[in-house]
Amino acid sequence: MSAAPTQPSDDELPTPLVKNRRWIPRLVWVVPIAAAVIGISLLIKNWENQGPQITISFLSGEGVQVGKTLVKYRDVTVGHVSAVGLSADHKTVLVSADLSKDAESLLKADTQFWIVRPRIGVGSVSGLGTLLSGVYIGLKTGTATLSESHFTGLENPPALSHGPHGRELQLHAARAGSLSVGAPVYFRQFQVGRVIDENLLPDGSTRVSVFVEAPYDGFLKPVTRFWNASGIDVRLGADGLSVQTESLAAVLAGGLAFDDGPTEAVAAENMPGEFTLYKNETEAMAPPDGDPRYIRMRFAQALRGIDVGAPIEFVGVNIGSVVAVDLGYDFQNKTFPVIVTAKVYPRRMGQAYEVLAAQGKTESEETLAAFVGTMVNRGLRAQPRSASLLTGKLYIALDFLPASPRAAFDSSIRPLELPTVNGTFQELEAGVARIVKKVNDLPLEQIVADLHTDLTDLHEILSELHTRALPNAEDTLSALHRTLDSADRTLDVESPLQRSLSETLSESRSTLQAVRELAAYLDRHPDALLRGRRPQKMPQRPAALSSDAKP
Amino acid sequence: MMALRQSLELGLALCRTCGLAVSRASLESDGRCPRCQSRIEHRTPFSTEMTLAWLIAGIVLYIPANLLPVMHTGGLMGEADSTILGGIFEFWRSGDWDIALLIFIASVAVPFTKFIAIGLLLLTVRYNSRWQQHQRTALYRIVEFIGYWSMLDVIVVALTSALMQFQVLGTAEPRAGIAFFCGVVVVTMLSALSFDPRLIWDQRA
Repeated sequence: MSAAPTQPSDDELPTPLVKNRRWIPRLVWVVPIAAAVIGISLLIKNWENQGPQITISFLSGEGVQVGKTLVKYRDVTVGHVSAVGLSADHKTVLVSADLSKDAESLLKADTQFWIVRPRIGVGSVSGLGTLLSGVYIGLKTGTATLSESHFTGLENPPALSHGPHGRELQLHAARAGSLSVGAPVYFRQFQVGRVIDENLLPDGSTRVSVFVEAPYDGFLKPVTRFWNASGIDVRLGADGLSVQTESLAAVLAGGLAFDDGPTEAVAAENMPGEFTLYKNETEAMAPPDGDPRYIRMRFAQALRGIDVGAPIEFVGVNIGSVVAVDLGYDFQNKTFPVIVTAKVYPRRMGQAYEVLAAQGKTESEETLAAFVGTMVNRGLRAQPRSASLLTGKLYIALDFLPASPRAAFDSSIRPLELPTVNGTFQELEAGVARIVKKVNDLPLEQIVADLHTDLTDLHEILSELHTRALPNAEDTLSALHRTLDSADRTLDVESPLQRSLSETLSESRSTLQAVRELAAYLDRHPDALLRGRRPQKMPQRPAALSSDAKP
Repeated sequence: MMALRQSLELGLALCRTCGLAVSRASLESDGRCPRCQSRIEHRTPFSTEMTLAWLIAGIVLYIPANLLPVMHTGGLMGEADSTILGGIFEFWRSGDWDIALLIFIASVAVPFTKFIAIGLLLLTVRYNSRWQQHQRTALYRIVEFIGYWSMLDVIVVALTSALMQFQVLGTAEPRAGIAFFCGVVVVTMLSALSFDPRLIWDQRA
C-alpha cells in the first residue's frame, strides 16, 4: 500500500511542488546585499567625514580628558580630544584632537585654541556650563590662507571668541586706570562694545584694544573722543549737585565711554587707527591742547598750598598746570626761592593763540620767547593767588600788572623763566598784620579810663538837665503853643485881618491896572504928557461882527 | 537509531501547520494539505540558501551596529555618543562588572553564538555530516530560543531614551547603531527560522 502509490506520485509530485515560486526565496538575497550596501556606504561616509587630526600645545592640561573633552566652535562640537600627552621637553601639554570634516576649513595658520573654564568676573560670567560638564576646547578661526595642524593654545580665551561684526580700534593712554579685559564700552550710557585687550607698551604707556559692535561702529568718527568712564562723577555746580556714572558695572569693573568731540577740533577726514584715552569726560571734550610749553617761575615767598597739578591761569583762563615745585638757593641773597615749573598749553588760549599763530609768533621757540619778553615788559607777571580761602590752595595767575617793578627777562633760558610778584594774599596778610599791630598799640586802658570819667560827667549833666531844665522847657512849650494858636486864628480866612488884606490886594491890583494902561498909553502917545488925552476912535470891528451875525 | 526510517522512504509528508501526516499520493495537485490547505513540503525549499542569506545579512549588519553609536546622552555632565562596546568598557571600568557582563552577553556573546551556531549547522548540512546530530538539533533549539533575548540591548536603549528626558539635566536619544543592531536580531531570527532542522537528519547520497 505504501510502496505502490508512492511510485507514480513520485513522478508527478515534483512538477507542481517546485515550479511555483522558485524566484521568491531567491529574493532573500536582497537583504544581505542591501545590508552590505548600507554598511559600505556608511563606511565610505565615515571615511569621507574623517576630518583632520590636530595637535594643540597648552601649558596645562587641566580638566582635559581623552574622548570626553570636545572641541567646540560657536558652541557646536566640531571634534573631540583623542590623546593627551606631554611634549618632549615636558614643558607643554600636547592635546591631540580629531576634528570633523566640516571643521577642516576652520583650521588656519592663525586659528586660536583655548581651554574653556568657568570664569567669573565683575562684568561677566562665562563658561558656567563647564562647571559640571568639564572643560572644552574653544576655537576661533583665523584669517590666514595657510592651514596648519599644529597649534599653540591660548592660556586665556580671546575676548571675542567668534568675531561679530564691528570695528576694533586701539586706544592710547598714559595709564589704564581700573580697566580690565571685558570691560564695557559705552556710547551715551548704552553699551556698544567691550575692551578686548590691554597691553603695556615698552615706553610704559598703555594700549587698550576695544571692539565696538556692528551697528554702533557707525558712531565712531575721526572726532570721537574716548574717556575712562570708571567711577562716579560728582559735581557741585550752580544748578546743584549732579552725580553721573555710566553704569554700576562700570563703577565696579571699569569701563570706557566715547562720544563726538568738538567737531571743529579735528579736520582730518581719515579715521585714525589709534585714539587717545582721556582720563575723564571733561578732559576728553576739551579742545586739543597741542604740545605743552614749559615755564619756570621763582617765587621769593613760601608757597604753601601750591601742589603739582595746580592750575596756571592766564588772564583767568586755565592754560596749564604745575608739574614741579622745587626749592632753590640764591647765593647772592642767601635766600631760598621756590622754583615752580609748569607746563602751559598755548592752544588753550583759543582765538588769541590763533591770532598769534597767524602773526608767526608761535613758529619757533625763539619767536615765542621774544613775544613773551615783550609781554613781560608790558607787565606780565606770575603771581600766586588763593584759589579757595577754605582749603588754602593756591594757583598761579599770569597777569598783567603794569604797576609791578621792572624785571629782567632772559629769552634765551629754557624753559622760559617768568618774573614773579608776591601773592596778593601775602600783601593782604601783611596789611592785616599792620592793622592788628596798630590796634595793639592803641592806649586802650587810658582811653577806657577817660571814657569812664567823661561818661560820669555826662551822667551828672543829664540828671541836672532832668531836674531843672525840663520843667522850664515845659512852660516854654505851652507858651509857644498859645502863640501858635493865636497866630492860627489871625491867619484864618474868615478873620478880619485876612479880609482887609484881600480887599487891599484887589484895590492895589486895579490901581496897578490903571498904571499899566497909563504906561501903555504914554508909550504910544508920549505927547499926552503935554497935550492930555485925546478922544479915542471906536474900533469898527465890533460893528462888522454884529452885521455879520445878524443875517 | 539507525532503524528509524525517513518520511521520504515512507512516502509521507507532514503538514507543519496542522500536524497532519499525509501520504504524498493524497496531496493535492499544488501540494496543499487536504485538511488545512497549507502548503506541504517535504523539506522547506531553499532552506539553506535563505538561512545563509539571512545569516550573511546579519553579519553585515552587525558591523555598523557595533561601529556606530547606539545612544547619545547629553546633559550637565557633558554629551557623549556611546557604542555597544564602548558602553561595556565604560561599565566595566566604573566597576559595574555585572551590567557590563549582561550587556556583553546580550549584545556580543549571543549574536556571535548565533552566527557561529547557524554557520555550523549550515556547514554540516551542506556536507551531509552525521556528526553530533542530536547535539546539533539541540543547538538549533537553543538558537531559536535565545533569539528573543538578543533584543535586550534594543529594549535598554528604548527604555532609556523614553525615560531619560530631563531636558538640560539629561537626555538620551537612540542613534543609528541601535537600528542596525535591531536589524541583526531580526535577521538572525529569520535566519534561524529559515533553517529546516530536518535537514540535519537527512542522509543524502
